[in-house]
Amino acid sequence: MKKIPLKAALSRRSVLKGAAAVTGAAIGSGAITGFPTIWAQNIKNVTLRQFGTGVSNLNEFAAKVSEDLGFTLEMTALDSDSVTQRAATQPKSFDIADIEYWICKKVWGAGNLQAMDTSKIKNYDKIVGIFKSGKLTPESVIAQGTAPHSVGFVDGPNGKSFASSETGWMTLIPTIYNADTLGIRPDLIGRPISTWAELLNPEFKGKASILDISSIGIMDAAMVCESMGEVTYGDKGNMTKEEIDKTMAIFTDAKKAGQFRAFWKSFDESVNLMASGEVVIQSMWSPAITAVRSKGIPCVYQPLKEGYRSWGGGLGLSANLSGLELEAAYEYINWYLDGWVGGFLMRQGYYSAVPSTSKNYMSEDEWGFWFEGKPAQGDIKNPFGKVMEKAGTIRDGGSFYDRMGAVACWNAVMDENKYMVRKWNEFIAA
Amino acid sequence: MSVEGRKRPFFTAEQVSWILVAPLLIILLFFLFLPMLTLIQVSFWDYNEWTFFPAFIFDNYVYIFTSNVTFATYWKTIQLTLWTWFFCTVIGFTVAYFLAFHVRSLTWQIALFLLCTIPFWTSNIIRMISWIPFLGRNGIANSALLEVGLIDAPLEWLLFSDFAVVLAFVHLFTLFMVVPVFNTMMRIDKSLIEAARDAGASGFRILIEVILPLAKPGIMIGSIFVVTLVMGDFITVRFMSGGQSTSVGRVISNEIALLQYPAAAANAVVLLATVTLIIAVMVRYVDIRKEL
Repeated sequence: MKKIPLKAALSRRSVLKGAAAVTGAAIGSGAITGFPTIWAQNIKNVTLRQFGTGVSNLNEFAAKVSEDLGFTLEMTALDSDSVTQRAATQPKSFDIADIEYWICKKVWGAGNLQAMDTSKIKNYDKIVGIFKSGKLTPESVIAQGTAPHSVGFVDGPNGKSFASSETGWMTLIPTIYNADTLGIRPDLIGRPISTWAELLNPEFKGKASILDISSIGIMDAAMVCESMGEVTYGDKGNMTKEEIDKTMAIFTDAKKAGQFRAFWKSFDESVNLMASGEVVIQSMWSPAITAVRSKGIPCVYQPLKEGYRSWGGGLGLSANLSGLELEAAYEYINWYLDGWVGGFLMRQGYYSAVPSTSKNYMSEDEWGFWFEGKPAQGDIKNPFGKVMEKAGTIRDGGSFYDRMGAVACWNAVMDENKYMVRKWNEFIAA
Repeated sequence: MSVEGRKRPFFTAEQVSWILVAPLLIILLFFLFLPMLTLIQVSFWDYNEWTFFPAFIFDNYVYIFTSNVTFATYWKTIQLTLWTWFFCTVIGFTVAYFLAFHVRSLTWQIALFLLCTIPFWTSNIIRMISWIPFLGRNGIANSALLEVGLIDAPLEWLLFSDFAVVLAFVHLFTLFMVVPVFNTMMRIDKSLIEAARDAGASGFRILIEVILPLAKPGIMIGSIFVVTLVMGDFITVRFMSGGQSTSVGRVISNEIALLQYPAAAANAVVLLATVTLIIAVMVRYVDIRKEL
């Protein structure tokens, strides 16, 4: 076996911290100095297996991990349903789960994940308030649904029930989130769209679509029904049976009247529906919009007056992790929040949980465009070097605070989940 | 041989039969009967958001038999099956008839038969998905029809409709009809046809009264393939209907995705019973053993 000189290993990590070895050790705190020397040699043998949705499981990350941290990260990208399935039923198949908060609420009870000690997360203090107190700014009102902070903490390392405030033990370390809304084809619609109710406007008969992932689709449906004034909800993220019935009745009628062209389940499907002009208004995800636009087809992520439906994801540790692997996982999470990944994700249109570190890995123009909502000075490229936006463009919806401050509800799992799923299936079958 | 003749055989004839049948029996036991028993067992279990656990409840079945969705889905699935079966049979029979009776040389028969299998060199999914850009609102079919002036506005029902689903099914499954029908037709004694002709039968009467009855076992085997494939499908229906249509397979796949394994198992048991029933009825009409 090849021996790795300790110095080389150290300096490699120091480069990552963006400082010389000495200062690196100082500011890098426990992450570097806390481990026994033997660790530097063993780390090479560690392989962490991560799975999650396609959005944040990119090969670039794995390559960068092996370059910066020296160990191997294996990634598997799956759709939301499969992710939930694996987190709940195949605990031995992964070390790190890259899942959304609503999935966390669903599967935490299965006991396949372990809580993380926030004192080992060096950027913990810089994580945005949404994931800690639930408030973006001290004045913010917490939106409906499964707000990330409400399922973000447990009482202790083996906690089974969620805590209502910060406890020092996190279920998921937040990594990625965004505010979702409807995507439209302005060229084919030809007039301003300002409300969720437009999804069921007969004007778009046969040209609308909604996503067929029940737990997310129901929220979009609720935004629409509420906006139409047809249904009043106590909490869109936790509907009563009656509210579910009313919502699905409205959507079933619309479906029977031929309102929808198709339902989509995967990212690519939504891009194809929009790009081909089969659909002109539909639920959509941010990078899908940019994917359509990068084909030269106009597509807008339309801010709507009722606000956004938001989602957040993070990394959870498998309950099976211990010893060296567990340390490596912490190291990996610290690396994740250190800015490189955040910058990468933000340049795709998502937000990083620690924007202040991501800023170091973005140009001023990129930061201005994606985060501050300023007009682009030059062409804005995605992390893969493709031009996404021309100079002068402003991000749909504006700045981080404009967008994340206007969240109306979070993706959620309801108490009546089983009932809701059945009703959703009936809607699809109708 | 002479050695065996003198010695008493080590095993009795019955034992030999058991030994010969054992490998198949073991495989079926482990890979068919055991999973099926598990399936039936799990269908009575209960579940929550993240797991399922032993219980003995009838809820899963009660829901299936009381929900309107079940009726709607089965009705839709059977409609799709009937249409697909109809077109697969007509096209499959015609192709097989052409190959067996119009193409005279064996070389050409084999060559053309292999030609039929070429689409199978690519995956099912790709063959299915390639219809989407073709049939779309701005797809090739619509643009061509508009160009020729046959239509004024794009035909919306070409894609994301039951038409699209049946079209894809027929495209995917016709070969499963061609092969067994071709096989039975090749075995028809040509002298029977000559005799019919000598007796003054027209080509059409020969087809109806000689070839069709003799090809029936092949048609039935092909039908079993087509019916079981369509009844169990979940992906074609989803893609070609744009998620708007549903089939029993899709319901099961949705339930699995949502971790509702007991519900999915109960649905699978009901589907299995339905398909078995359909096939039992089908084989009553034709003795396919003659064929095997």
